[in-house]
Amino acid sequence: MLSIKNLHASIEGKEILKGINLEVKPGEVHAIMGPNGSGKSTLASVLAGREEYEVTAGEVTYMGQDLLDLAPEERAREGVFLAFQYPVEIPGVSTTNFLKTALNEVREHKGLEPLDAVSFLTMMKEKMKLVEIDQTLLSRSLNEGFSGGEKKRNEVFQMAMLEPKLSILDETDSGLDIDALRIVANGVNKLKTNDNATIVVTHYQRLLDYIVPDYVHVLYKGKIVKSGSKELALELEEKGYDWIKEEADTTTT
Amino acid sequence: MSKDNQILEEFTSKEYEHGWNIDIEADQAPKGLNEDIVRFISAKKEEPEWLLEWRLKAYRAWTKMKEPKWANVGFPEINYQDIIYYSAPKQKAKPKSLNEVDPELLETFKKLGISLEEQKRLTGVAVDAVLDSVSVATTFKDKLAELGIIFCSFSEAVREHPELVKKHLGSVVPISDNYFAALNSAVFSDGSFCYIPKGVRCPMELSTYFRINAANTGQFERTLIVAEEGSYVSYLEGCTAPQRDENQLHAAVVEIYAKKDAEVKYSTVQNWYPGDKDGKGGIYNFVTKRGICAGDNSKISWTQVETGSSITWKYPSCILKGDNSIGEFYSVAVTNNMQQADTGTKMIHIGKNTKSRIVSKGVSAGHSQNSYRGQVKVMKRAEGARNFSQCDSLLMGDKCGAHTFPYIDIENKSAQIEHEATTSKIGEDQIFYCTQRGIDEEKAVALIVNGYCKEVLNQLPMEFAVEAQKLLALTLEGSVG
Ligand SMILES: Nc1ncnc2c1ncn2[C@@H]1O[C@H](COP(=O)(O)OP(=O)(O)OP(=O)(O)O)[C@@H](O)[C@H]1O
Ligand SMILES: [Mg+2]
Repeated sequence: MLSIKNLHASIEGKEILKGINLEVKPGEVHAIMGPNGSGKSTLASVLAGREEYEVTAGEVTYMGQDLLDLAPEERAREGVFLAFQYPVEIPGVSTTNFLKTALNEVREHKGLEPLDAVSFLTMMKEKMKLVEIDQTLLSRSLNEGFSGGEKKRNEVFQMAMLEPKLSILDETDSGLDIDALRIVANGVNKLKTNDNATIVVTHYQRLLDYIVPDYVHVLYKGKIVKSGSKELALELEEKGYDWIKEEADTTTT
Repeated sequence: MSKDNQILEEFTSKEYEHGWNIDIEADQAPKGLNEDIVRFISAKKEEPEWLLEWRLKAYRAWTKMKEPKWANVGFPEINYQDIIYYSAPKQKAKPKSLNEVDPELLETFKKLGISLEEQKRLTGVAVDAVLDSVSVATTFKDKLAELGIIFCSFSEAVREHPELVKKHLGSVVPISDNYFAALNSAVFSDGSFCYIPKGVRCPMELSTYFRINAANTGQFERTLIVAEEGSYVSYLEGCTAPQRDENQLHAAVVEIYAKKDAEVKYSTVQNWYPGDKDGKGGIYNFVTKRGICAGDNSKISWTQVETGSSITWKYPSCILKGDNSIGEFYSVAVTNNMQQADTGTKMIHIGKNTKSRIVSKGVSAGHSQNSYRGQVKVMKRAEGARNFSQCDSLLMGDKCGAHTFPYIDIENKSAQIEHEATTSKIGEDQIFYCTQRGIDEEKAVALIVNGYCKEVLNQLPMEFAVEAQKLLALTLEGSVG
């Protein structure tokens, strides 16, 4: 589904990603961990097509297409979804209105008719249950004045509505309380099929108790320096990153 | 008045007693403006003597005035003697079907979601007798007549209800109020008149759109709305369809008179031709709009969405004379390309416990200039007056300008005045958030701008609001990237 080869990207002349390789197949869950500033969000942004980042080398193939060749909205319509680490506020635009616009764009791309108000609301109701999100939140301005946890829950709600093929969740767990974490994680699990894939970026192994990854990767200084099974996350939780940093620093220098 | 002027005036008006020399049969007045032209217009419209006198007074006042230069707009000198001030409503050859209508115009209609029937009406395509807007307007009029509501063209009001017109005309905007108001008073072509009797709540939105004769009100439009005690009306001016006009200069006057416990809501969507990308050919829109809350507990609320014209000079205002009266001004002004807008309001607090609220949202794109100019004046006797003003500017790109000129003038210490102003840009991160969800950049901008203008758009009647939203998107088309 997704194949990243030797991806290099920089921002304002500073190289952040320094040769990422990653293969994601349909039905898989990949966890990406790594110290602060290692480039996790950068990778997520580059995949989603944020223009500030310049890809200097490498290639990314998504469902047989050159992903880097597509505009961000085209990627989204093709099923790439990013749950933002820091969701953006849009004053005066309700989540409902926002999602209706987005969903109809995606549908148009697929050659489908726009959803009428009734079908849209029916769909909303159904997906709201999935992440136990409140109606009142959805009629407020998008993310404006939302608590940290509410923002994250709203991201997963949007994911549920848009039914992407490749979801990238950037620290969706941070900010969620213990109950919310369980609810949101279960929501993500229910959205899982054999045809879609998920990349979860997280600092905490706890999330991975709910969303069980097939692979865990450690990103450090813009490279994936270690990959393993879900046990790797447990090991990191226990030992921290120092041993990996040491390993990586000695092999690169 | 100086002695010289007085003599001059007497002399000139005397001469005219002997008559004047334009052929009354002519379809069109010769270019230029003088007393003959004013007489010609009045005669053409078969007006009573008092109205002619009123026009002449306005004309004389105008000749002594200077075009205001304080607005933050620039344009080449207008030659007022090069304008034709009267031409008879022409029976243009009607297109037989929409196929004969300018495709560019049709494209715009489509984007605005205007129905086919409506498109025909707007472009003057001949329609079936049953569907003809005249019949719609007639049933509409019957309904209003039952309630004693008068809603007709200004000329008709002069003929049918001269006492009402005479009593209120110029009572809110005096003839010599300002240069453009004086000009309008001298030469106004037609417009609308609306009268709501005591205690009547007008059951529908009164839209100029339903009025027979709405077409061809011309460049000097005059509107007068009188709301008697305890009455209510919501009045809609204009229509979101693009309006092209060969006349470059537009100087309308709107007067609203609200008596005790009356409420008038006046909504405008202005979409005159803004000119091309280089600013060529657009309309100069110099409008005077003012309402007086004459009675206690009365309320006047202005809502405007200004997207058109190459130059907009417009300050819908409220004189809050009655105690506890309320004035509101909600405005969205969008400028793109070479457009210039200098718009805002004046709230004049005279009565006790009067309240005013100003919400202004400016959006500038391209090379446009967008200014908010507002005055809050609290007079000595206005004990307990309160005002809240919110003036926001949104900039798109770095070649446009946004300016705010708030003037606050307080003569009563008990006044509570709050003023908030913000200037912002649409964030890259906001756009990216939208595009990441599948919404392209242009739509994202429209969505964000609509959100930003929400508080004002919410004031508009439902159908109007939907069209206004589309209009905002249309105006900003091509302003990103
Ligand atoms: N606009 C920018 N200008 C300069 N440096 C930037 C910019 N954006 C990101 N960076 C730098 O890129 C590096 C990687 O940032 P990134 O957000 O990808 O880290 P991360 O792995 O997601 O970290 P965290 O775990 O804290 O979320 C950091 O050093 C960051 O400061
Ligand atoms: Mg991050």
